[in-house]
Amino acid sequence: MPTFGLVDCNNFYASCERVFQPSLIGRPIVVLSNNDGCVVARSQEAKALGIVMGVPLFKIRDIVELHDVVVRSSNYALYGDLSERVMSILAASAPQHEVYSIDECFLDLDRLPVKDLTGWCHALRRRTKRWTGIPVSIGLGATKTLSKIANKLAKTSAKADGVIDLANHPEWIVAALGKTPVGDVWGIGRRWSAMLNERGITSALELRNAQDGWVRQRMGIVGLRTVHELRGIPCHELETQPSPKKTTCCSRTFGHAIADKDQVRNAIISFAERTAEKIRNSGQVCGSMQVFITTDPFDTSAPQHSASASTTFMTPTADSRALVAAAIGILERFWRDGFSWRKAGVMLLDLSPAGDIQPTLFTNHVASNGLMQAVDRINDRFGRGTIGLGLSAKDAEWRMRQEQLSPHYTTRWQDIPRVRMSEQVPSGAEA
Amino acid sequence: MLSFANPPSTLALVVYSSRVPAGFPSPADDHIEGKLDLNQHLIRHPAATFFARAAGESMKDAGIFDGDLLVVDRSITAQPADIVIAVLHGELTVKRLKKPNGTWVLTAENPIFPDIPINDPGCEVWGVVTHSIRQHCDR
Repeated sequence: MPTFGLVDCNNFYASCERVFQPSLIGRPIVVLSNNDGCVVARSQEAKALGIVMGVPLFKIRDIVELHDVVVRSSNYALYGDLSERVMSILAASAPQHEVYSIDECFLDLDRLPVKDLTGWCHALRRRTKRWTGIPVSIGLGATKTLSKIANKLAKTSAKADGVIDLANHPEWIVAALGKTPVGDVWGIGRRWSAMLNERGITSALELRNAQDGWVRQRMGIVGLRTVHELRGIPCHELETQPSPKKTTCCSRTFGHAIADKDQVRNAIISFAERTAEKIRNSGQVCGSMQVFITTDPFDTSAPQHSASASTTFMTPTADSRALVAAAIGILERFWRDGFSWRKAGVMLLDLSPAGDIQPTLFTNHVASNGLMQAVDRINDRFGRGTIGLGLSAKDAEWRMRQEQLSPHYTTRWQDIPRVRMSEQVPSGAEA
Repeated sequence: MLSFANPPSTLALVVYSSRVPAGFPSPADDHIEGKLDLNQHLIRHPAATFFARAAGESMKDAGIFDGDLLVVDRSITAQPADIVIAVLHGELTVKRLKKPNGTWVLTAENPIFPDIPINDPGCEVWGVVTHSIRQHCDR
């Protein structure tokens, strides 16, 4: 019998912040988006205060002060490192696994030779928590979609203690689906959710019982697959070999709107450099590039505009010089004065493995990536942005605001935690 | 600075075997064993191993000095006499774990500090210190 497991880290970013700062345990924590704009993650305590996902920090200033909420900039170096550790423990425990996101991992538990799967999951939870400090919940089901639902319930049910197995307890499925709002089902987005609600389908159970023909007509084959998965028929297999990325993007919302062309140009240059570094890192080259800029959609007093354009490379490349030159060229093509830009980005498309380049008749430069390798190594060793093309300004205004950043505890020597040897016993410690 | 969290140690062998140019093969070729890898020596459970910096003087008798680099393994179950990182009042501290009369206590290697019972609220073992590394020359 197919058995899928979904392991999901509980409030992952907030949990990461706590590993090296145990004083944050029990306190409400919010983690902000790049640029310290909006809330992208919350601890359980912050959720209980009614702080919603995506709310801009300035809108919750009062709650933050009143409840002494801990505010952190996102520390992706720390989250990435702890994620890798969690995933490596999961990978070593299950026959097959698929890293689904920074904090989620599917497991294939079909051939796991254990009788008591629930007990096995509890042991895996304990191990992950002890080894990394990160608490996880585990849901099991006959399909990926059911394992997602089991996981969500495992998080909220006190009795479950973090593990629910719907695969070996089919008698629980009806109750589980009945409790799950249709919008929480994996693959059901906001539009489908609204459409289904309008037609009286509000729970996962009602969706499961919908007629195939009707589902097929309204939601296509993708929607039908979801319904079949709810019925326990696997339509999504474990993707153990992640398909290599086809696109990569680097974009930022600026700290404040920027009208100055040089500054936008600097931002674009630096995004192009960053994307170039990303694809070199994954051994890829890109065939085309898109650049975009937009004004602030929330600022109704200012004129609105957004521009985007792309270019294609005759020979696919990952060379920062070529990519930066292309990005500048694109910006020149669509730049318009008189607007205050709030967001910009560079996207690389048509990514392919670097080894597959077809030389063209007209290529005159032999791909020399020695220089780029040297650049990457220097930045690897001494920190991002140590060396780059002499075009982007280091202290530009658009650069990421990260005023509440915690140390990079696991990825920088100067940031590793300091542990005291108890010169000062805090008062009351003797009691 | 020791950069043993990075992968170069695994590159050592490749560099060796690909360096032999046309001409006389090295007589050592058949005896290459790879290089000694500090990672391998210091880290048994990579997913559970963290580094920390010791601060203060009170663990001198345990051989840990101010500024030492500590290798901490969270996967090991702490036993009496282990040196551990413990959470105390929300802070990470270094202590010796003991079990004198059947109860677990955290002690500093310095008699002026009182023992702290491990069942105190907010007190728990964070990880076991497996190695401490001291720098003797800084140039």
